[in-house]
Amino acid sequence: MDNREVLVDIKNLRTFFYTEDGVVPAVDGIDLTIHRGEVVGLVGESGCGKSVTALSILRLIPNPPGKIIGGEIFFHGQDLLKKNEEEMRMIRGDKISMIFQEPMTSLNPVYTIGDQISEAITLHQKIDGAESKKRTIEMIHLVGIPEPERRFSQYPHEMSGGMRQRVMIAMALSSNPELLISDEATTALDVTIQAQILDLMRGLQKKLGMAILIITHNLAVVAEMAETISIAYAGKIVESASAKETFKSPRHPYTYGLLQSIPKFTEKKTNEPLPAIEGMVPSPYHMPKGCRFNPRCPFATEKCREEEPEILELTPGHLVRCFYPIES
Amino acid sequence: MATRLVEVQNLKKWFPIKGGVFATTVASVRAVDEVSFFIDQGETLSLVGESGSGKTTTGRTMLKLLQPTSGKIIYKGKDITNLTPNQMRPLRRNMQIMFQDPYGSLNPRMPVGDIIQEPLDVHSIGTRKERRQAVATMMETVGLRPEYEKRYPHEFSGGQRQRIGVARALVINPELLVLDEPISALDVSIQSQIINLLQELQQRLNLTYLFIAHDLAVVRHMSDRVAVMYLGKIVETADNDELFDHPLHPYTQALLSAVPVPDPEVKRERIILQGDVPSPVNPPSGCHFRTRCPYAMPICKEQEPLVIEVAPGHTVACHLLTKK
Repeated sequence: MDNREVLVDIKNLRTFFYTEDGVVPAVDGIDLTIHRGEVVGLVGESGCGKSVTALSILRLIPNPPGKIIGGEIFFHGQDLLKKNEEEMRMIRGDKISMIFQEPMTSLNPVYTIGDQISEAITLHQKIDGAESKKRTIEMIHLVGIPEPERRFSQYPHEMSGGMRQRVMIAMALSSNPELLISDEATTALDVTIQAQILDLMRGLQKKLGMAILIITHNLAVVAEMAETISIAYAGKIVESASAKETFKSPRHPYTYGLLQSIPKFTEKKTNEPLPAIEGMVPSPYHMPKGCRFNPRCPFATEKCREEEPEILELTPGHLVRCFYPIES
Repeated sequence: MATRLVEVQNLKKWFPIKGGVFATTVASVRAVDEVSFFIDQGETLSLVGESGSGKTTTGRTMLKLLQPTSGKIIYKGKDITNLTPNQMRPLRRNMQIMFQDPYGSLNPRMPVGDIIQEPLDVHSIGTRKERRQAVATMMETVGLRPEYEKRYPHEFSGGQRQRIGVARALVINPELLVLDEPISALDVSIQSQIINLLQELQQRLNLTYLFIAHDLAVVRHMSDRVAVMYLGKIVETADNDELFDHPLHPYTQALLSAVPVPDPEVKRERIILQGDVPSPVNPPSGCHFRTRCPYAMPICKEQEPLVIEVAPGHTVACHLLTKK
């Protein structure tokens, strides 16, 4: 299939949160492979475990209450879960960096953006002040912010949401990472600004060749950006395939239902109701027995209510966690 | 011919910015700046635009939840612009609003039955027993179990709370409902449930909607007509298909091209707009869009474009269409 080198290989990751009200299995069986230079989309609704997966890769799960209780995260063949804190710090923000949804709260309001970007640079590269300033201005220029020299000494509040997100990207890319994790990075932005940022990310990916893990609930965003898509539901990956396959022949009832239920921008108005998925996402404290999607699944049988399906490769590169996958 | 339910003419809502020693007005936020549109009975008009374009303020000013700075609001042929709150009250039961945030818009200390019943209490409609009955019926209509009336908002999910919001808005049988981003805060699989509910209720109860949204796929699915706002102005209005198939204003074109499409095999020509939306305190002279417009001409700086009707029901405010 993909003959590029495997960069990240997550195997059966399980991250639980131990709260006063009970155990939350936020991530309970996530498998994900990211090749060098590949753009992978991780899609799901709130509570499906997509952000916790990202934080697990970076080992940023607050402990307590959270704990990675099982699985492996290989990065260049080495298990990140076996690294000590010192070693992780060398990887975080250097080889793997991340951008978040909220550019305002992720930036420090009392430092200029120049200071914040150069901090990220000097942390991982042994260069002097003048050199790091030069590099910072290069980065600000690279992410398409006009007048980099003037912007260098501005504070986050002086910038718009789109500009702040560009600053975040500049910071994340300043160390030439091999993997960029984007967690709902364009969700808070307006469509025309979202288009700018996605365009920027696509351009930089081509230029710098890093792999990107795009985490989002927006199917349209991954359709545009990702080569491979994994769909998560209630802490598990339920389907994983190439972007083309995912949209053309979804095999898991959840993926199928989700694609059916979203209104299509290109289709004319009808008065027909949308084929919605009934019910709602299960409470993390009371996960259903058997397949986690069974209470909402139109095809569920007794077996689905009792046993949990394994994830299986149905056709090369197309994995589905379902006893009765939809015919392609 | 459809009956016109509401019409606004040259509606303006400026918010003063106070400053200086004597707290004089030093500038104004021109949230809504000379906006005109109408809505016919039983139809859905969508108001689209980016954050800060004035969609929400337009909706609220139309309902006179905010007093307009100038302009006219005509409801069923009657000018309601300068009615006092007391004079407005009997009209209020015909117009309701539903909000975006399913968490902030419901009183956390009130059982949902009381929340839904409140509009009936305010307007003194029916006896106590009738009101209770109306609440139960309404809860069923929006897909909530009437037994839940004693529960509090925190016991419900986001989608269910939006159902409570719908029930509260509809319990007094309004004609006009302003839907201010009713599904933006919901999960994808829940959004379609609420869209279906809103459409079904519209058909059943012959409701008229002003639908405020930024998700253009949902707008395409829901609306009869669409008005596009940019920085306090309506730049283009047209029937649904006309607007999506033949957008004429450069902003509408850019906005539509920026929408990501959930199909990896569709490759679309994308117009990437440069820069950000300018501040509504100090909007550009002439056409508000000229600073980001790929076709800006000298005249765009000097003169504000007039709204012209290019086809029946399709109006555009752009110099490109008046010139030549």
